[in-house]
Amino acid sequence: MKRRIAFAAAPLLALAVFSAAAGADPIADRQALMKDQGKAVGSLAPIAKGEKPFDAAAVLAALNKLNDDAQKIDPAKLFPVGSETGGETTASPKIWEDNAGFVAAVNKYKADATAAAAAKPQDLASFKLAFAQVSQNCGACHQTYRIKKN
Amino acid sequence: MIRKLLLLIIVVAIAGGAGFWFLTAPARVDPAKLATAAPGDAKRGESVFWAGGCASCHAAPGASGDARLVLAGGHELVTPFGTFVTPNISPSDKGIGKWSFEDLANAMLSGVSPDGRHYYPAFPYTSYARMQVQDIADLYAYLKTLPPSDNVAADHRLSFPFTIRRGLGLWKRLYLSSDPVLTIADATDAIKRGQYLVEGPGHCGECHTPRNAIGGLDKTRWLAGAKAPEGKGVVPNITGGEGGIDSWSEKDITYALESGFTPDFDSLGGSMTDVVLNMAHLEPADREAIAAYLKAIPAHPNGFPKP
Repeated sequence: MKRRIAFAAAPLLALAVFSAAAGADPIADRQALMKDQGKAVGSLAPIAKGEKPFDAAAVLAALNKLNDDAQKIDPAKLFPVGSETGGETTASPKIWEDNAGFVAAVNKYKADATAAAAAKPQDLASFKLAFAQVSQNCGACHQTYRIKKN
Repeated sequence: MIRKLLLLIIVVAIAGGAGFWFLTAPARVDPAKLATAAPGDAKRGESVFWAGGCASCHAAPGASGDARLVLAGGHELVTPFGTFVTPNISPSDKGIGKWSFEDLANAMLSGVSPDGRHYYPAFPYTSYARMQVQDIADLYAYLKTLPPSDNVAADHRLSFPFTIRRGLGLWKRLYLSSDPVLTIADATDAIKRGQYLVEGPGHCGECHTPRNAIGGLDKTRWLAGAKAPEGKGVVPNITGGEGGIDSWSEKDITYALESGFTPDFDSLGGSMTDVVLNMAHLEPADREAIAAYLKAIPAHPNGFPKP
């Protein structure tokens, strides 16, 4: 009896694993990842702005989080051919027209995010420098590869 | 009889042609007004340069850092009217090295070239027309200090009838005015300064305000957002109306102009990325003034259709 249930469940389980691995909905996946990075930036920007006091441990945690997220951006998986339109995507066609340029921009962001986390800033001035270096990637990429729709 | 009719047609054609010629004549700025300017101060001119966003269109495409100070032109604006190619405005013979202060003032305030032709309003003189003459004089002094380039930008590629520059004379009669766009009661000094920056040099309305079929701004929906002038997508509503930025505080606006981050930590994109690079060079008080103005203007719902 138990075995029969296991047999019946196996294909379902396999399907679940498969769809999680393949990213059934790359548009939703990439939007969730972008939102998550927004959260990390949201905990850092008020410190850079001077609205919240500098806290080395909190800053490092957020920079690590941002770096983890950055490394998860896999252009081939999150922006595959066929995901140009649909959902509420604001991806620009330029991602696919100039895919090499897009991949290069993503790689630059990954490198800057890693460097910012590795710098382990210990004071406000060095944090601001590291944050500026990594955060200018947001605008640089959105300048070319995103289209505002609302 | 036929002779008389023919004569009448000829007379009407000549009168019409003369009328068109008269109505479309490029008008320069009153020299007496320009004579009021003191010699330009290049240091003050630098902040006029960043407020005016000159580098966004006149630096070579993709330029960053100090390269944005080489105003070689060649940036293409792909619009429904055709493709406009920005000219070289660096201080060289291929740029505007031989221009006088009066030439620059006529270009920016009246949209008229030194040889007396209309400029296309892709060059936002419809906003620059609201600038103070002294700011133009200071800008003139600053532009002289920038590195020269010998680049020769390509010609515009436009479709008929937009190829007839003279016709712009009629368009200017409708849409070129040095008057402020809004009248804001009890405006503080900050709001007044913000109004000058937004409506004048900052030329924010050129992209953030919807246009009619012949490219005139719909000032009844000032800054309500619009379809992007180039390509796809929209330019956001920056009034307090539905879809706009009512939930943003003045601090939020100021910080967005400085850092490019919105209050929910999305980042500004598209051509606004470049605007942020320019705005970051302004005095903090000027960014605060822009925020004060944006919070004081009438609210409108989005000026573009739902996607």
